[in-house]
Amino acid sequence: MVTTVSTKPAGSVSTGTKSIHLGGTGRRAGGNGSRGGGPQPPNGGNGGGGGRAYPDATPQQYRIGMWLTLSAILMMFAALSSAYVFRSTRVQQGWQAFSVPSMLWVSTALILASSASFEVARRALRRGAADVYRRWLVVSLGLGFGFLVAQLLAWRGLVGQGIYLATNPHSSFFYLLTGLHALHLVGGIVGLVYLMLRARRDAANLRTNAAGASGAAVKARAHADAIGLYWHFMDGLWVYLFALLFLWR
Amino acid sequence: MEEATTPIEPTAAAAATQAEAAEAGHPAAAGAHEPHGHHSPPTGFIRKYIFSIDHKVIGIQYLLLAITAAFIGMFMSVLMRLNLTWPGHKWTILETLFPLGAPGGVMTPEFYLSLVTMHGTIMVFFVLTTAPQGGFGNYFLPIQVGAEDMAFPVLNMLSFWVTLVGLVVLISAIFVEGSTILGNTDFVNNFLGGGGTGTLGPIGGWTGYPPLSALGKIAGPGQGAGATLWITSIAIFCIASLLGALNFITTLLNMRTRGMSLMRMPLTCWSWFTTAILALLAFPVLLAAGVLLLLDRHAGTSFFIPGGLVFSDAVLPNKGGSPILWQHLFWFFGHPEVYIAILPGMGATSHILSTFARKPVFGYRAMVFAMFAIGLLGFFVWGHHMFISGMDPRTSIAFSVLTLSIGVPSAIKTFNWLGTLWGAKIRFTVPMMFAIGFVSLFVAGGITGLVLGQTSLDLFIHDGYFVLAHFHLVMGVAAIFGMFAGVYFWFPKMFGRMMSERLGQLHFWPTFIGVYGIFVPMHIMGIVGMPRRYASFQEYDFLRPLDPLVMLVTIAAIVTAAAQFIFLFNFIWSMFKGERASGNPWEATTLEWVTPTTPPPHDNFGGHLPTVYRGPYEFAVPDAPEDYVLQTTPDAAAGNVAAHAAGQGVQGSSGNGHNGQH
Amino acid sequence: MGRALGVLIWLLTIGSVWLFVNGRWWLPPYISEHGPAYDRQFLITIIVVGISFVAAQVGLGIAVWRYGSRGDRRERAVYSHGNNRLEIVWTAITALIFITLGLMGQRVWAQLHLNEAPAGATKVHVVAQQFQWNFHYPGADKTFGRTDPALVKDAELNFVGLDEQDANAKDDQVVTTLAVPVGRPIELTLQSKDVTHDLFVPELRYKQDVVPGMAIKMHFTLTKEGRFELACAELCGQLHYKMKSYLIALPANVYDELVALPQAQFQGRITQLIKEYPMGIKQGAATTAAR
Repeated sequence: MVTTVSTKPAGSVSTGTKSIHLGGTGRRAGGNGSRGGGPQPPNGGNGGGGGRAYPDATPQQYRIGMWLTLSAILMMFAALSSAYVFRSTRVQQGWQAFSVPSMLWVSTALILASSASFEVARRALRRGAADVYRRWLVVSLGLGFGFLVAQLLAWRGLVGQGIYLATNPHSSFFYLLTGLHALHLVGGIVGLVYLMLRARRDAANLRTNAAGASGAAVKARAHADAIGLYWHFMDGLWVYLFALLFLWR
Repeated sequence: MEEATTPIEPTAAAAATQAEAAEAGHPAAAGAHEPHGHHSPPTGFIRKYIFSIDHKVIGIQYLLLAITAAFIGMFMSVLMRLNLTWPGHKWTILETLFPLGAPGGVMTPEFYLSLVTMHGTIMVFFVLTTAPQGGFGNYFLPIQVGAEDMAFPVLNMLSFWVTLVGLVVLISAIFVEGSTILGNTDFVNNFLGGGGTGTLGPIGGWTGYPPLSALGKIAGPGQGAGATLWITSIAIFCIASLLGALNFITTLLNMRTRGMSLMRMPLTCWSWFTTAILALLAFPVLLAAGVLLLLDRHAGTSFFIPGGLVFSDAVLPNKGGSPILWQHLFWFFGHPEVYIAILPGMGATSHILSTFARKPVFGYRAMVFAMFAIGLLGFFVWGHHMFISGMDPRTSIAFSVLTLSIGVPSAIKTFNWLGTLWGAKIRFTVPMMFAIGFVSLFVAGGITGLVLGQTSLDLFIHDGYFVLAHFHLVMGVAAIFGMFAGVYFWFPKMFGRMMSERLGQLHFWPTFIGVYGIFVPMHIMGIVGMPRRYASFQEYDFLRPLDPLVMLVTIAAIVTAAAQFIFLFNFIWSMFKGERASGNPWEATTLEWVTPTTPPPHDNFGGHLPTVYRGPYEFAVPDAPEDYVLQTTPDAAAGNVAAHAAGQGVQGSSGNGHNGQH
Repeated sequence: MGRALGVLIWLLTIGSVWLFVNGRWWLPPYISEHGPAYDRQFLITIIVVGISFVAAQVGLGIAVWRYGSRGDRRERAVYSHGNNRLEIVWTAITALIFITLGLMGQRVWAQLHLNEAPAGATKVHVVAQQFQWNFHYPGADKTFGRTDPALVKDAELNFVGLDEQDANAKDDQVVTTLAVPVGRPIELTLQSKDVTHDLFVPELRYKQDVVPGMAIKMHFTLTKEGRFELACAELCGQLHYKMKSYLIALPANVYDELVALPQAQFQGRITQLIKEYPMGIKQGAATTAAR
């Protein structure tokens, strides 16, 4: 697991034509370390640059950091879903499932759409189409808010039927899982707002194509990629939770 | 000891770095040190020492937090011993300190149990998880891999401050439950479940098994505000640990300097890396469990509370929750947590043993694999905490056999430590004494896992003093010995001064004897059948024969606790008055010893990152000018180390590959 | 310094071993059928553990004793990065020993947990509550009366919520002492009214959590008469350390007479038995090995 991530040469010295190559993007270890005390000639291996070009984390660090964040979130939801499965199969006492609130189909459609629109935005940024990027960010954000509203409406619908958090185990899990997901989605929304603010500020810098990308553009792309990962993950997570809560069994 | 600093600047290594960078067309190649906001050290006390984003300052902050917490936890353990040894004795001082918890100077059983809970929680989270990883890991991981800082310095700062908030919330439980005034404010009554019961927090143990921990006030004293603050504190701690873990992993994967391949990292880095992975995957599960528990306590849900519970003849409205579910979630976290506590100690011990044995680590590769094997297996054995919990007995068998197999990588590590010492030229410095102590205690504590891991034997010894002895020795005392070794070893680098060697020895001997005196007799108590978490042993005839041992343990505990003040004094005194340390006082090989100044400058290497030419433990290299070769020494300067090193890898089992081509 | 440390490690090892072998403290005598097997497995494991412990500590002591530096700066340690053959050998040996031990360690467990109690086992319901054990006997009809948490009235001594209207409940007895016959299989059904408790009788070599919301069954057969302390071994609240009761192992005929008594006389008879049976295995009583 470790080696697959780490042996991929990034920002390799010899292949400096890679699209995102700034000195120090991947300050990668040289050498394959085949043996503990093995010799390493100074010029061998695939050593990366020697210093950091700018103080912030590199795009690759953002990517790794985001994947790690997502794995932590995944573990939490995995724990909760196994609790759900445990509760609904092993200990069935008091288990009463209710049917899908129809509003959830709407929210599912909204979040899927927002994932797609974000992807459009991200690709626009790659091309250097800063205005398109910003426009689609707004759309994604709107769809994200729409999802939250739809979730809220679904909750209100259930409250209208007298189904509360503590009413029965299924409703407890429903409110808990949707609530935690919404909370994480709010984090994604904060990310999108940040991207939009940055896009406005750096508009001029973003209008370049990949080859001559400026530091700001590289950074914007790194941020968009990382936040995009998160946003798509929230989308996938929702589909999973929806299936777990209502379609499973 | 000789002055043996090798500052990076004038050496060939630095020259090579720059030449290389120039060749690569690197922006910084001109050798000009670009002024970056991040690089230039912050000025002003607050930015520099309080809200610092420098991993070194954060590391020290973590360490100080852990030392404070450790002394609080230790004080609690001494109080517990007093109560167990002289039940009913009036301690005037106790009444002064805790008028509610010890009316008339006699400890109430609930006060005792809250000591048990708080001692466990403080020690496990704020000492054993915090010091080795947050403290030493933060300070030395970036330096040892040759980075200027962590990948996400601001997150790093946040993770410390969140940890501190966690500790403050936990400590506040002491005041909210221990004082009638604070415990009866509207806020406490309305939002925290009510306090002022004369305990120091909840009384459910650090494992907080529901329903006891989930029911609030009706379940007994301390279960209102105390339990709410306790579980909140743990949830906060989870978040802090996650922030820390993702920073560690990213830094290690992405910021290693030139030549620092994974297999050239010091074993400390491997241990922090493994620990960070465990933390990243385990803490979210505890967080989930904590959220469920909080909901059960305050939102009326029934995740862990089954139906039909009766308190004072009244049936509770809850339906169908499962207490065992908590145990699954908790121990899924809880078992890896054991390794989170001990793995950094193993790393530090390997590092220090090799340094003072003046000999390469025996079986570096096997050590790395063993560490990962322990970490990986650690996720599949949580059920051994639950053999008698009512879980399906067939699953217990699977858990049991997997548990016993964890003994294998642990044994590999022990053998390799002995292998490292065999044929060594040991320098008995204080850090080395503690590292050797670690090996001894790790064996003593770990080996009894063979008893506890068997389902059959658990039928008698589960939840007794045998378990208590086992895990205190291995994850408590051994891990703390690893930390002591680390403090004595790295103190010169962190503070630029040596700790007193004489006081250090004075600290080591009573501590080493003391911990054996405390915990080995506890095994015997477990064999006789003494159950854990009893406020008094006076009720049972079958425990009477153990009275002399109970006394012995208490005396040992008091001696050991007293000896820790020698450490505290040494630590503080040496910080200001210790002998000035050279850059590499121990003649060690890894990157923390090649920083241009001691303590290292803000960006660790003064703008020139080192290049690494060899593995981390090149001691006793034949023909080398000194008995150690720095990782940054180029081959030309190292007297043909390369040839020897090449012939001598772990792979080469064929004796001493002296090629003699010289 | 090195030699002193080596000697200290050996002394601590000797001291630790002495605590285990001096004969003053060991497992209490067993009273159940699976007791001998348990004790044997425990002894084997402790011996393996002891040998490994001593070997490692002695090895560490020798290394520390022998390989101290003499302060000569020209001296060099052996330059070695390890030995793969050794690694494989000790990995294989420890794996073999540990896994074998692990497999052996399942025997008693499997015997107790993977089998149901034999038909016709003597049945008692255990109902734990904060700081008290209640034992519910079915009475002469061998059928338990209906219970309901809503009927619990501690003040009226209806600790288990027995439904007095139920015909089966008429002859049921509820007391706070566990009396069971020797030589017959016994099945306990464990339930808790409030929090998790744990039934533990050291001589029985059995611990089992009593989890609210669950009815956990445990079964065993006693081989010796006597009276033994019954403790709670799972933290259940402030008076956890006082949650004590007794297990009285009676000859089968005495037990049969006991359970035929109505509730009113039952309690009195139990009190009498507690007096008759001093703590521990009853001396002079024929140790029944009935099967």
